[in-house]
Amino acid sequence: MRNVLQLLVLTLLIVLVGCGRGDPTSQGGPVSMKRLTPAQYRNAVEDLFGTTIDVSGRFEPDSRRSGLNAIGTSLVAVTPSGFEQYEAMARNVAAQVTSPAHRDHLLPCKPKSTTARDDVCTESIVRSFGQQLLRRSLGDDEIRVRVRAAGATAEFHADFYTGLELALTSLLVAPDFLFRIEVAEPAPLPDRPDRLQLSDLSLAVRLSYFLWNRGPDETLLATAERGELNSHEGLAREVDRLLASEQLAGGVRAFFEDLFLFDQFTDLGKDVTHYPLYNNRMAADAREQTLRFVVEHLVTQQAGYRELFTSRQLPITRSLGPLYGVPVYSSEGWENMEFPPDHPRAGLLSHASFAMLFSHPGRSSPTLRGVFLREALLCQIIPEAPADVDFSLFAADADSVHKTARDRLEVHANEASCRTCHKLTDPIGLGLEVFDGIGKYRTSENGALIDTRGDLDGRNFADPVELGQAFAESPLIGPCLVQNLYRYAVGREHTNRERSLLRYLEARFAEAGYRLPELMREIALSEGFRTASQPPAKEET
Amino acid sequence: MSTRIIQPKIGRRRFLRGTLGGVACAVGLPFLNLFLNANGDAVAATGAPLPRRFGTWFFGCGMNPLRWNPATVGGDWELTPELVPIAHVRDRMNILSGFSVLLNGEANQVHRTGVFGTLCGGAPKKATEVEGPSLDVLISDEIGTKTRFRSLEMAATGSSRHSNSLRDVSSVNPAEPSPLSLYLRVFGSGFADPNAAEFSPDPRLLLRKSALSIVTEDRKRLERQLGQSDRARLDQYFTSLRQLEQQLELQLQKPAPLQACSVPKPPAGGPVDTEIEHVMSNHALMAQTLALALACDQTRVFNMLFSNRASSLRMPGSSDTHHTLTHEEPRDPDLGYQPKATYFVMKSMEAWATFVETLDAIPEGDGTLLDNCLVMAHSETSEANTHSVVGLPLMIAGRAGGRMRTGLHVSGVGDSTSRVGLTMQQLMGLNVGRWGTDQNETDRPVTEILT
Repeated sequence: MRNVLQLLVLTLLIVLVGCGRGDPTSQGGPVSMKRLTPAQYRNAVEDLFGTTIDVSGRFEPDSRRSGLNAIGTSLVAVTPSGFEQYEAMARNVAAQVTSPAHRDHLLPCKPKSTTARDDVCTESIVRSFGQQLLRRSLGDDEIRVRVRAAGATAEFHADFYTGLELALTSLLVAPDFLFRIEVAEPAPLPDRPDRLQLSDLSLAVRLSYFLWNRGPDETLLATAERGELNSHEGLAREVDRLLASEQLAGGVRAFFEDLFLFDQFTDLGKDVTHYPLYNNRMAADAREQTLRFVVEHLVTQQAGYRELFTSRQLPITRSLGPLYGVPVYSSEGWENMEFPPDHPRAGLLSHASFAMLFSHPGRSSPTLRGVFLREALLCQIIPEAPADVDFSLFAADADSVHKTARDRLEVHANEASCRTCHKLTDPIGLGLEVFDGIGKYRTSENGALIDTRGDLDGRNFADPVELGQAFAESPLIGPCLVQNLYRYAVGREHTNRERSLLRYLEARFAEAGYRLPELMREIALSEGFRTASQPPAKEET
Repeated sequence: MSTRIIQPKIGRRRFLRGTLGGVACAVGLPFLNLFLNANGDAVAATGAPLPRRFGTWFFGCGMNPLRWNPATVGGDWELTPELVPIAHVRDRMNILSGFSVLLNGEANQVHRTGVFGTLCGGAPKKATEVEGPSLDVLISDEIGTKTRFRSLEMAATGSSRHSNSLRDVSSVNPAEPSPLSLYLRVFGSGFADPNAAEFSPDPRLLLRKSALSIVTEDRKRLERQLGQSDRARLDQYFTSLRQLEQQLELQLQKPAPLQACSVPKPPAGGPVDTEIEHVMSNHALMAQTLALALACDQTRVFNMLFSNRASSLRMPGSSDTHHTLTHEEPRDPDLGYQPKATYFVMKSMEAWATFVETLDAIPEGDGTLLDNCLVMAHSETSEANTHSVVGLPLMIAGRAGGRMRTGLHVSGVGDSTSRVGLTMQQLMGLNVGRWGTDQNETDRPVTEILT
């Protein structure tokens, strides 16, 4: 009922301002220059050269801001060490592409002679590869300088391909390849000179990275260059095409990898004395399991987001069998499993990936788990512990007295300076204590039974399955996903002016049965997504 | 300062011991048979100037002040329990206690304020962001632009994220996460042995240079599209690009022979993680590679991280990390400290001694490599249990090419760590008289340690 009312008010608002497209007029925030993530870099190379070209090298770490690496991409630069790596990768890719093994099927033309320059062939390669890598048509001077340098090098080395390697390397280290540079221009609204909109190309790029996590394909680029993304029909047609593509799975996967902090798997390690089952393969498969699960539900089955927290289906590999205590029949690859109704596991929260990622190397951590669930899935901010906590309280806190995590954390609940935050994080984390530091099910710790009972904002649960239901039905779960997906899509914090848009998107998401592709469509077509504001006059450092 | 006095044999150790009494010994006393030129720079017997290097060495989660801080200042300070592991190298360094990051009304951001306050000269203002540049970047801008690498960052804990070196919030210099990756970066392709008889530059160097210069031609066009903060990030991109151009330039020329330089073998690849013995061994391997990287003048600035902020170090089979122990381990009533957490303090000191010895083991000029280095060891807390940033542990090793006295204990009696940062810059020849922000601003170097 509240949703309906909200919608009525919004509709009224929309009619009043005469937007006419359904969503409230919400001017977007400032545009920015965004560094490609490692996955986006790999996708760019794959789109152009296929999977046979190996991208090996180390990328600079991403920088997480307000919970998302996608926002950090608007803040990071390139350090000297990072640039060394980019250049080495660029040379490596260029050498592979021009090698005898690949040149004939990857390059669109062959030189008249392999030992001399061939400016015509070089030019056509630079033009077409450059367009894909830089996500725009190259200017004549940009092409000319590369053709000239490649020609001189080909003559010097008496090898056409050495020259071409130079030209390709220069494209792969270019700042407008490594960064997507968004450009805003005045909107065609004479009465609103402050109103900016993304250029056609910038909108195309933003769209394809949002929905596919890769650069625009030829059709999208051509549509943008014809100016057709400017019309609602043109934009909607492309959005629907992108949403219908197989590449959508990659886009959805990238969003959840970011939201779930899965880049932290890179540095994950466990103590083998405590967790003899654990190995790197298991960790990689646990990560992949959750992503497959999410994509299968949200994209393939078009199921609602809230069902992620209750679903009893789970893809599994043989390496994960011992962890979940189930037989896995296929020796290779993935098979689908369904937990019986009385099984203690159901939904995302019972996945091994979360259990191992939000734990210490040698034990589980209800607090780390609680912080993650509150911050990433409910959009609540948990303050850092005060610097000067009186830790003498923990002095008697030996394992012999306090056998379970609940006993150990009890101390926080009795201490005023700890209680405020720990009462937010610990009850839900303790609800997952039957999953140990790598996600294996257990019923006791140090010989004492584990008690998983607790409450999520007033709703009681007895075990992880009921906790999952509580999450699924939490009024925060949908709005939080909307907020995260929107911020991910535009690569920045939402502005105050975009709050009404978020409310509108929340309502639409609920109406659409929490189906993610519907929400992606709403966001991609929203005014906030395609417009921009002036950068702040005095920028923060 | 008198110049060019050649002193016949004085035992190096005996000489150093002789200076430890706290008596000023800068009067005309030559040291280590080095010459000083008019700038006070060390000069090798051949007359070629030896490079001066700066580095930081970081260990997480501090120490126990009552067991670490020496009781008296000057040269004959009595060894304290937590400084026992460095006893044999105490004459190679100064112990600085009692210097603090002054909070200036900001919240103490746990495990961040201490380290970035020390490195950047002020308490960080925002909870998530740090204003750079860090000390090493300031110094590398001055002395790091003529070597192959502007600086080298290393983390013995196996994560490239474990780095405190930053130009600003948008560019944190990632660390080499393993001995092998450090080795390959320095001595892999692109390394030219300065002492090799033959020199033939890779013909592809020109090709690489030309690829970079093509990119540079686009700079103006790109800048026009960008707002102020994005333009600053693009500037950083081009700074990094220029650094690589510089590298390629150097590789085109035959390097000058360097007596101290020898090329190591690739390190054996052991496990890379946060288990203490693995960290100890990876740290020792990295120190050896770094020492030769310095001796071969591949870089003049480095940041070695032994353990990360909020130290993840752990014992095999333990469910705790160093960090969780500092908060959760009971204080032993008889000992008066947390024994398990303190184990990692002792290990950190042991590793620091190893690091100093490794640099000191390489002869250079008439002294050692260490004599031409200045290395600041620091942590993000004093007592980690309460995240204290009062009286942070600082140890400064090397002689900065003859500019620093060693063997002393100096107490900052509550002064800002900026005084130490200012001193580091001045010792490295930077023309700076005042450094730090707000309460942490200072114009007073730590004169006690200057020659």
